[in-house]
Amino acid sequence: MNKITSLADLKKIKDQVQSRIKLRENSDSAETLVQIKVGMATCGIASGAKETMNFLIEETEHQAIDAVITQTGCMGFCYAEPTVEVTIPGKEPVIFGHVDKTKAREIIDRYIIKGELVDGIIPVAFRTIDE
Amino acid sequence: MRTISDHILDILENSVRAGATLIEVIITENKFNDLYCVKIRDNGCGMTKETAEKALEPFFTTRTTRKVGLGLPLLRQNAEQAGGSLEISSEPGKGTLVSATFGLSHIDRPSLGDMAGTFLISVIGHDDIEIRYEHQTDAGSFSFSSSELKEALGDVPLNRGEIREAIRELIMNNLDLIHASK
Repeated sequence: MNKITSLADLKKIKDQVQSRIKLRENSDSAETLVQIKVGMATCGIASGAKETMNFLIEETEHQAIDAVITQTGCMGFCYAEPTVEVTIPGKEPVIFGHVDKTKAREIIDRYIIKGELVDGIIPVAFRTIDE
Repeated sequence: MRTISDHILDILENSVRAGATLIEVIITENKFNDLYCVKIRDNGCGMTKETAEKALEPFFTTRTTRKVGLGLPLLRQNAEQAGGSLEISSEPGKGTLVSATFGLSHIDRPSLGDMAGTFLISVIGHDDIEIRYEHQTDAGSFSFSSSELKEALGDVPLNRGEIREAIRELIMNNLDLIHASK
């Protein structure tokens, strides 16, 4: 394949992809999607949140999980970065700490797919010193 | 923060939290003056002169909860260690410009790092914000924006694997074409 150096090249790739995929209907319905927020403040970025988010995007797609993945600011758990908040439809949000690729895979495989609890949850009752 | 692209992602997130709808990242490399300049401009809520000055102090933040505030001081530290400086100009209601300069050939200048990843994450995570990236060197320049990408892709989502890889390749190849510093 030729090198991709322009938007025209990108359009060709898009045409190839488009012919293979069936676009989801109602894909914007938040109630039906797993929502994943990655803490992307200074503390998160310095701890590898970018790599974690990339992995989550790749892995949810690979496992065909309907998820919307976005970044958020500092959640106040700088000691446990990268932090990730996961909201499964119909359930309360859960925040996980120290989410590297290994932990991210565990969260997807066990919490999101199987609904099992996994280590690394930051308790809801946790409060920072300032609070 | 190990790379310039990490710093850029951090400042971009500041702009997002400042309510920006347009964020521009401009990197200029000048071998003659031995300068590596990174500018991040947004049209967010802006700051007063006093707040902008304090923003360079560690642990200053306008947030009322979860006070940390290390992003800009870390960028300033990295810039100064590489023979450069950091300046902020801002106007309430109009936006903010963060300008960091580094010595291009300085041994302590952080590498650019994964700029493609920074751009992709920002565009995927902030669908409603126009993000522009421009990179200039003595050999040439390239620029593109999130709106151009979305127009090219139509209804194919940005976060599809093949599309992400294609955009990543597009950025990396263009950086190679203009001989951008690593």
